[in-house]
Amino acid sequence: MSVSKTEIILQVKAVTKRFGGLVAVNNVTFDLPRGQILGLIGPNGAGKTTLFNVINGVYAPTEGHIIFNGTDVSGWKPYDVVQLGLARTHQIVRPLNDLTVLENVIAGACYGHENHSLKTAAVIADEVLEFVGLSPRRDMLAGSLNVGQKKRLEMARALASRPHLMLLDEVLAGLNPTEIAEMVEVVLKIREQGVTILIIEHVMHALMNVSDRVIVLDYGQLIAEGLPTEVANDPKVIDAYLGDPELAKRLMENADGE
Amino acid sequence: MNSWKYPAFWISLLLVAVAGIIPGITGSNILRENMFLILLAIALASSLNILLGYAGYVSFGHIVFYGIGGYLGIFLIANYGLSLWAAIIAGGIIAGLLALLLGWALLRLRGAYFALATLGVNEAVRTFINNFAPFGGPLGIELQFSIYKQYGGAATMQWTTYWMILALTLLTIVLSYAVKFSRFGLGLMAIREDEDAAMAMGVRTPATKTMAYVLSAIIPGMLGVIFFFRNSSIDPGGAFRLHRSIEMIVMVMLGGQGTVQGPLIGAALYEAIRSFLVTSPIFKDLQLAFSGLLLLIIILFIPSGVIGWLRSRYRQLWRVLE
Repeated sequence: MSVSKTEIILQVKAVTKRFGGLVAVNNVTFDLPRGQILGLIGPNGAGKTTLFNVINGVYAPTEGHIIFNGTDVSGWKPYDVVQLGLARTHQIVRPLNDLTVLENVIAGACYGHENHSLKTAAVIADEVLEFVGLSPRRDMLAGSLNVGQKKRLEMARALASRPHLMLLDEVLAGLNPTEIAEMVEVVLKIREQGVTILIIEHVMHALMNVSDRVIVLDYGQLIAEGLPTEVANDPKVIDAYLGDPELAKRLMENADGE
Repeated sequence: MNSWKYPAFWISLLLVAVAGIIPGITGSNILRENMFLILLAIALASSLNILLGYAGYVSFGHIVFYGIGGYLGIFLIANYGLSLWAAIIAGGIIAGLLALLLGWALLRLRGAYFALATLGVNEAVRTFINNFAPFGGPLGIELQFSIYKQYGGAATMQWTTYWMILALTLLTIVLSYAVKFSRFGLGLMAIREDEDAAMAMGVRTPATKTMAYVLSAIIPGMLGVIFFFRNSSIDPGGAFRLHRSIEMIVMVMLGGQGTVQGPLIGAALYEAIRSFLVTSPIFKDLQLAFSGLLLLIIILFIPSGVIGWLRSRYRQLWRVLE
């Protein structure tokens, strides 16, 4: 299905995003090889979600380029980027409240890059709902789900577009430990299907477990990159998190322990 | 998702068809004129619902399409001897084109800004027509009475145009269903619920919204031609009456925005109330104040309208109420 079988599915090249005088993302460069899970961490306000928004086209980069699957998509609209097989979830869930769970996922499937008819989309939606464990709630209105279910719906909708790359923005935030474990399972299963994942997460132990590599943003700049253990022991990273020493400590403990 | 299997579709179509045929059976002119206004209201409200109910965009100036369609149609009939049929098509096309142009410009705006802009459009077009000599400026255009001869005289023409309105109303209902249960309709509803999420899901929002705007404009343009042809004259004040736009919104909200049957029920109810009010000696001048009050009450207490309220209360009726 993919346009070209490049080894690198996503290249972020010297991307800068400014809002007036504020530099939200500052000259960030990294590559994401196909099939990997790349963790993106950083203190609050580091520019992680802005970087997502630049990648999927909500904002055009002020400078630099986004190359997705061999195509330069810098400055494209989100709905055009989706057509190439890039899907995302939102940090603050955005269910289509007055539609049913099933309709939400059907919309994801039929407007995704495979451009399905409603009928085919319904079949895909059923599969995906089964996959994320929302089947029993398929006919409920999306607005009536709880937070954990809404996060799963958000996943299902992105997944239904059958993407090559998924951007997951804090899919674990606000979930209880059981829900986190379930969601981590889902993320790993998605990767098994050959989908590449870029994931923002604050639940460090989970992120350190699922990620193949981790990159760290601080004040919009990429300050570290490497294996989870390397990053966790990087003095620059610990320094960035020092405003929250507890977090830095936990980060290290978990990375050492597992 | 197959709409044709829904009983709601056949029920609505049958209900309107039967109600529409009754004046034909009884032959009553009074009944026909009342029914004419109700059908007109249903078709206008259902058209607006495609934009307001499905896509969630409030157009405060929707009557502009009715007016511009009517104007072009009457102009062509009066000056070029075009047949009514051709004029109706022309009215639909001009309304659609105007919506395409406006949609391209205005649908970049969201929420209240779009609503305000549409309000401005109605006034701008009215002022323009008021000063546009070929359309007769403030006096408008009058049709010669002799024009009705080719339609079998004024009396027959009134029946012919009545059946036309009935046919257009039924067509609007079919369109309304077809859109609601299509992929396109799902895209519109995604926009209504969360436009940014819709974009991230791959809905081409500018094109989709503009398409909805155009679809919601074409039938009002056609209706305008029929109404003003029957009326035998058109003038800026009558064609671009702002309160008609607001009444359309009240009808949609009353019945239930985003549902197919809502505009049907809403338009019929509203017309019934209105005709009672305008003929009552006490309320005849307060009719518009009443519609404002009604809108307020709906938004405060039953924001989902009659059909929406029934649907949320009686889930077993979901297939019948849509």
